Amino acid sequence: MSSTIERIQEGLKGLNFQVETPRDGLPQIRVGVADVKAVMTRLRDACGFDTNTFVTAVDRHPSEPRYDMCWQFLSVEHNDRMRVHALVAGPEPHVPTITDLWPGTAYSERECFDMFGVVFDGHVGLKRLLMPEDYEHFPLRKDFPHQGIEPDRLYREWDRKRREREPMIEESTS
Amino acid sequence: MTTTAKTFEFSPGAIDRDDPLHGELMNLNMGPQHPATHGVLRIKVVLDGETMKYAEPVVGFLHRGKEKTCETLGWRKFFVHTDRLDYVQPLMNNVSYALALEKLAGLTVPERAQEIRVLLMEFSRIMSHLIYLGTTAIDLGAVTMFFFTFSEREKLYTLLDAYTGHRMNNTYVRIGGVYADVDERVERAMRVWVDQFAAKIDEFEKMLTGNRIWYDRNRDIGVLTPEQCKAWSLTGPNLRSSGVEWDLRKKQPYSGYENYDFDIPVGTKGDCYDRYAVRIEEMRQSVRILGQALDKLAKSRGGEYLAEDRRYVLPPKGLVHTSMEELIHQFKIVTDMSLPKGEAYHAVESSKGELGFYVVSDGTSHPVRCHIRAPGLMNVQAIQLLMVDRLFSDTVSIIGSLDFVMGEVDR
Repeated sequence: MSSTIERIQEGLKGLNFQVETPRDGLPQIRVGVADVKAVMTRLRDACGFDTNTFVTAVDRHPSEPRYDMCWQFLSVEHNDRMRVHALVAGPEPHVPTITDLWPGTAYSERECFDMFGVVFDGHVGLKRLLMPEDYEHFPLRKDFPHQGIEPDRLYREWDRKRREREPMIEESTS
Repeated sequence: MTTTAKTFEFSPGAIDRDDPLHGELMNLNMGPQHPATHGVLRIKVVLDGETMKYAEPVVGFLHRGKEKTCETLGWRKFFVHTDRLDYVQPLMNNVSYALALEKLAGLTVPERAQEIRVLLMEFSRIMSHLIYLGTTAIDLGAVTMFFFTFSEREKLYTLLDAYTGHRMNNTYVRIGGVYADVDERVERAMRVWVDQFAAKIDEFEKMLTGNRIWYDRNRDIGVLTPEQCKAWSLTGPNLRSSGVEWDLRKKQPYSGYENYDFDIPVGTKGDCYDRYAVRIEEMRQSVRILGQALDKLAKSRGGEYLAEDRRYVLPPKGLVHTSMEELIHQFKIVTDMSLPKGEAYHAVESSKGELGFYVVSDGTSHPVRCHIRAPGLMNVQAIQLLMVDRLFSDTVSIIGSLDFVMGEVDR
């Protein structure tokens, strides 16, 4: 694994990042939110990480900064993995999107937005993935209770809205 | 198309409206209740005649908040929920979750437990591929195939029932091993099934491989290049069919897969037909692995199948009734089994791609985060890439060949 971290350090030369050793021994770096885009571009182009495994966040509530963003990558070419972490402050966290680098992250980012409310700046078509489009809360935040917030009222409202709903694709296309 | 962000959004300007050969665009809603979408998947399609101009998969109809449930229930009690993720191969999900927790705990699994796990994982792979084969074939009109594959699956259910006591949702894997040892008679029955299954695969192939209709409806449809697969996070058979030799069992071995002799099948074109061929060959390889696993199990009979670590593994029931210490261990594990602080990720080569669990612990009995890296979500995502400018009838081949289960996609 040491060769992986050496390759990453070589590829990211000149950028700000700290190397960390997580419990599972995967090469891991921590960057500032402002550097995310530059680091990711280098990871793809200079370090050969061709596949994104997942994009997610960890809610550290009540600690601040609240969200710990996590991206994990796989290099099919070099047969290794690595993880990037970045701390983002709430209540409306913003991070740059990486869909222009790895288009396959589009659904992972949408899921992260859906569950944590992390806004990915520059994502084309950032909307909820698993929860209904008009849902108000972010379920995986630590202050969201497991049984939900007013589920009965929401079900009634969705039911009403579903009946009024317009044709599935808006006027612009027909 | 390919690797720009533009494919996400449909722009009406891209279509020449003055072209007399093309009429009005039609919006069509495929699903959520559609037999060919293999679950509650909805696909918004914009059609120009019979050509799809835009297709967007809409998921979430089966969302049950599994990750939140894991945070609420705690490490141990979440095991039963992993079965409900990809419900056609519950034991594979069990093993994947157990491996992630073991990595976090730094626990070594006994040899025999690993052999049993390999056995269960390969049975799961075959079960899942049989579902793929049966449902895709019936969607494309080959009804016989459905009965062929499901009768084999039924036999597998009987075997797993004999071993685990359940047909579905087995939950038989524990942290540190498996719940119980494989009985000798069950092993013999498994051997009988494994020995006859190779001939059944030949039978499947006789029905489909050279079949003109099957060939025409799958060949050159839904073509994925290796670069697209990597950029769109596709793994497993979908990646292999495009010609990339990538299999976690070989490249990053776990559960002792390095001790088994098997090959990685790869495709050449990356179309629906290659994905079919790769899965067929994978079943053959699984049969090879199963034979070796049964040989190993015969040698290691009587060995440990569960680690002896009283921080994470329940003591045998007999001891709990006689020993005060073991009773305390049992009580501690059931009420408050905590894992060391830190984060870990472990992935297995599931039948649909890379199935991984990313777990974050703060040292207590409840996880801070348990993210499920579902291969099915990435497979669904690829629909929008593959369907543009294809005929509407190709949707069925494409959806079938990508192979996903909505329980896992929506979690």
